[in-house]
Amino acid sequence: MGATSGVQFLPFKELELLFQQFIQAGYSIHAPQVVDGAILYSETESIDMLPRGVVDHQQPGHYRLTETGGSRYFSWSSALQGVKAALFPPSEVLWSAEQQAGGELDFTQVLAPQQAVALFGVRACDLAAIKLMDRHFLRSGAEDPWYQQRRANLLLITVSCSSASGSCFCASTATGPESESGFDLRLDELDTGFLIRSGSEQGEILQAQLGLKEAKPEQLAKADEQLHTVATQQQRAIATNDFRCHFTGQEESPVWQQIADRCLGCGNCTAVCPTCFCHREEEVPSLDLQGSLHQRVWDSCFSGEHSQLHGVPVRTGRRERYRQWMMHKLAGWHDQFGESGCVGCGRCITWCPTGVDLLEESARFVRDQLRDQS
Amino acid sequence: MSRPTVAIHKFSSCDGCQLAFLNMGEGLIELAARVEIIHFAEAGMVDPDTTVDIAFIEGSVTTAEDELRIQQIRAHSGLLITIGACATSGGIQALRNLQEEDWCSSLYATPDTIASLATSRAITEYVDVDLELWGCPVRSEQLLAVLSDLLHGVMPGKLSGVMQEPLCQSCKRNQQVCTLVSLGKPCLGPVTRGGCGAICPRLGRDCYGCSGPLKKPNSESIERCFEGLGLLPEEISRRFKMIHSIHYQGEQ
Repeated sequence: MGATSGVQFLPFKELELLFQQFIQAGYSIHAPQVVDGAILYSETESIDMLPRGVVDHQQPGHYRLTETGGSRYFSWSSALQGVKAALFPPSEVLWSAEQQAGGELDFTQVLAPQQAVALFGVRACDLAAIKLMDRHFLRSGAEDPWYQQRRANLLLITVSCSSASGSCFCASTATGPESESGFDLRLDELDTGFLIRSGSEQGEILQAQLGLKEAKPEQLAKADEQLHTVATQQQRAIATNDFRCHFTGQEESPVWQQIADRCLGCGNCTAVCPTCFCHREEEVPSLDLQGSLHQRVWDSCFSGEHSQLHGVPVRTGRRERYRQWMMHKLAGWHDQFGESGCVGCGRCITWCPTGVDLLEESARFVRDQLRDQS
Repeated sequence: MSRPTVAIHKFSSCDGCQLAFLNMGEGLIELAARVEIIHFAEAGMVDPDTTVDIAFIEGSVTTAEDELRIQQIRAHSGLLITIGACATSGGIQALRNLQEEDWCSSLYATPDTIASLATSRAITEYVDVDLELWGCPVRSEQLLAVLSDLLHGVMPGKLSGVMQEPLCQSCKRNQQVCTLVSLGKPCLGPVTRGGCGAICPRLGRDCYGCSGPLKKPNSESIERCFEGLGLLPEEISRRFKMIHSIHYQGEQ
């Protein structure tokens, strides 16, 4: 990277200009919007669709938005989904098979060219999730071409958090609220505009084209103070970031059944988790019997068939499935990827219909261990 | 290879599931080239007694004639596939199974002229069923997926909604907002089979369970959840019973 523009100030009235830059550079813009009472990332060309003056209220099993009439675009914490769907779509065709005249099968990889996407308003927890997804999908020697292509076409514009919902705990997982790396452009919102800085060559080019002034020291100080406030605002924290020793020997703990008594087995926690990547692959045969599409579809370890081996489910009920999910996320990931699979977004807690609380439930294992030792 | 023969039989029902065949559009033309439809009264082909490879059954058993007829159909059908709520669980008309008083005389002026069983029951309570397709009604996509799999010589899989997956998974894949968590509506999606395409939540409506319960739904937990949303026990009970009168209850 050459000379950087440093940290500059982007007044709210210039935000539209930034969107125009994205469009001119050939990006389609995906930005947060209010859809059916929640915030979702979807395509837009205008800043008018952004959730300005909207605050989210999140608690276990509870999500509501309210309008405050405030001037800020990012006074909410996390959207229903993070970036997962933009990189790893809920359903996608991987290859097709076609029967030829001679009877032999012809296989073709389906990898359509993707338009470049500027994903605007990504939160710090979701940037952390992308890093974890990269480890899985871009593992050296086993790169997933579909993910790889989308990833290469993705411009990430992050906004550091200035408020925390009742489910946020990224300060305790050290994945937020400040967006520290992994972005092309970073914004920090103040009352009249954004601090803007770049984190990549592409981001640098886009920032330079805006012709902005350098941020004032008091604006930098205000942004720092804001980050400090939002971190201390978080009421929730994970008991530890490595549960390996706490889960050891706990496979038959009564806690799992107590969770299963409340768990519906619906798999919402896995679907909204920004690092859950499990999928199934299935055939979509054509009626003319000549061909078939092979697609992969988001799946969940809470589905009955997910653990089916040779026709027999290895994990038979909610007790075994929740145990699998939590042990994998908070412990197994360390062995597999070198760190926890949890980025502190709190979505699994908010979107669980019965409010099963990952933090409360996992902490019980730490407490039990401490009690046993004393 | 000769085309497999197919029959579509109707029992007590609204005919809506048979419409899923007629609504296939171009798919129906394609289908007609691959299978031979022997009996399908709604489309004008009437031949209920010829032996077929695949029989689709719509509707529930509600009369003495039905009891006899389903046995005969079973005897001359290869694969027997039930389609829709009525055939798989007894349907809305099975609400009468829960009535203690004489529902017939409370509804009809001349109950003596009604020749009907006291109950409405699923096909599987009378004969062996090879495959159940849940839904009220089933969708064309489900039928096409099943037929397409069968024509390829494999047992039907997830696309047809044959396998077990909660509706919530469809909602999340469609990026739909949860009506239970964000609107506080008593959605049955977490304990209901997917396969319908999540039509109701897509319109901001809470699922009322027309595709039927999952095999082992956690009824107690979702009841507590609905209580928390302010529903009275009577309202919760009615919600569970509306389409599949008894199947959410008595399970773990």
